[in-house]
Amino acid sequence: MSTAFDHPEYNYKVVRQFAIMTVVWGIVGMAVGVLIAAQLAWPALNFDTPWLSFGRLRPLHTNAVIFAFGGSALFATSYYIVQRTCRTRLFSDTLASFTFWGWNAVIVAAAITLPMGLTSTKEYAELEWPIDILVTLVWVSYVVNFLGTLAIRKESHIYVANWFFAAFMIMIAILYVGNNLAVPVSLTKSYSIWAGTIDAMIQWWWGHNAVGFFLTAGFLGIMYYFVPKQAGRPVYSYRLSIVHFWALISIYVWAGAHHLHYSALPDWAQTSGMVMSLILLAPSWGGMINGMMTLSGAWHKLRNDPILRFLVVSLSFYGMSTFEGPMMSIKTVNALSHNTDWTIGHVHSGALGWVAMVSIGALYHLIPIMFGRKAGDMHSVKLINVHFWLSTIGTVLYIAAMWVNGIMQGLMWRAVNADGTLTYSFVESVEASHGGYVVRVLGGALFLTGMLIMAYNVFMTVRAANKEAGNAVAAQA
Amino acid sequence: MDINDVRGLGSVFALIAFIGIFWWAYGSSRKKRFDNDAQIPFLENEEMPAHDDKDRSK
Repeated sequence: MSTAFDHPEYNYKVVRQFAIMTVVWGIVGMAVGVLIAAQLAWPALNFDTPWLSFGRLRPLHTNAVIFAFGGSALFATSYYIVQRTCRTRLFSDTLASFTFWGWNAVIVAAAITLPMGLTSTKEYAELEWPIDILVTLVWVSYVVNFLGTLAIRKESHIYVANWFFAAFMIMIAILYVGNNLAVPVSLTKSYSIWAGTIDAMIQWWWGHNAVGFFLTAGFLGIMYYFVPKQAGRPVYSYRLSIVHFWALISIYVWAGAHHLHYSALPDWAQTSGMVMSLILLAPSWGGMINGMMTLSGAWHKLRNDPILRFLVVSLSFYGMSTFEGPMMSIKTVNALSHNTDWTIGHVHSGALGWVAMVSIGALYHLIPIMFGRKAGDMHSVKLINVHFWLSTIGTVLYIAAMWVNGIMQGLMWRAVNADGTLTYSFVESVEASHGGYVVRVLGGALFLTGMLIMAYNVFMTVRAANKEAGNAVAAQA
Repeated sequence: MDINDVRGLGSVFALIAFIGIFWWAYGSSRKKRFDNDAQIPFLENEEMPAHDDKDRSK
């Protein structure tokens, strides 16, 4: 890549690198997702090969989409936003470069070890201890670089997006290290230092905050910058954003216990997890409304701006899944939904509808800037629109299929005959789920197709930008 | 005073903190300041012109 696009003041190189890798890892992670969705519909697709089996590929899918795709999107946007809103270059170019290469090394290590079956078995924390140490080194460099940049800022106020990013990275550092503390017995095997119920609670303290901080606070940072930028007007209420921030980060950490309803976790801890989850609806919707209302008086822009459409629809999905989440945390609802496909649908309404779509919108705004063009000036706006509809329809198909499957499974599992025996065997519920699984494959495939179109659009944009830059250099010579 | 009093006080403290933040954010004397802070993303030019940047050709 030529130096023609280097910004005189900011470090755009690391932003550019992470932005491109977001698209690449998005395609890889979602392709694995479509494969394992297809395996659930047609089990023969594991080809009787251990490293293609669902149990090994599922963590590969979750790690790839959360940490490789979502993580790269967060690195790219946070490095971009912090420089522009602080009007200063990153604290350290060396640390920035280390986070890029280090993070990608982690991803490659995950892609090798997980299919081999090397796992600590903790959800969203499957990587074994040597990789965990590398993650920690990269993450600490990231935190130092980000907070260092805030420290040398030329703007006296720290813009709200940066508050969300800072909270996200500090909390993830604490939670990741806390949950992954383990005693190694060999290079590829370790045992958690936590035991029994405490281990489960620590795991979901981490697990739910991977959602709350990694997949929410970080992406709210993206929202608070890119929605105003793309809409061309400041956020609806800056004062609401302050209340939103403090309320969200102080409540999210207490909600994890709702993953352990009706388990060995003490009843009071389950109930407090449920109550905190219900309270969480208020800040979640406060933020969603703040983003949405930024468009008030500018709704017409949605008509011909598919990038803005990505951002706004992502907020709709965010509002929908943050309503669904508290509802599912109610113990009586959870008694029906737990361990069913409803949970998977809920996660994907957040992951595809919110996280992926807000990232995609931000990337379409940002990538042209990284290559010397105007914001949002992609090769083809029409293809952005095609991508938007593929994403939206794909997500809706996915979550609708999982709602139907999930509620059906929950009802079948709890159905009892007059004499108290179960009406259905487990395998009958699996058989009844087949139709939903096929619809899910279709939804996922549509979403993945959209990402491939994005890759083509990005490629053509970069090619045209390189050509223009080449011509400009030639004209000067 | 046992541990449960501390827990109760924790809730009271959280409520006071929330009211405090709310008061601080919505205080009328700080309205102008926050309106200005909301403009931070717009304080500089959108583009990072590489091929048509006049300074670059010098």
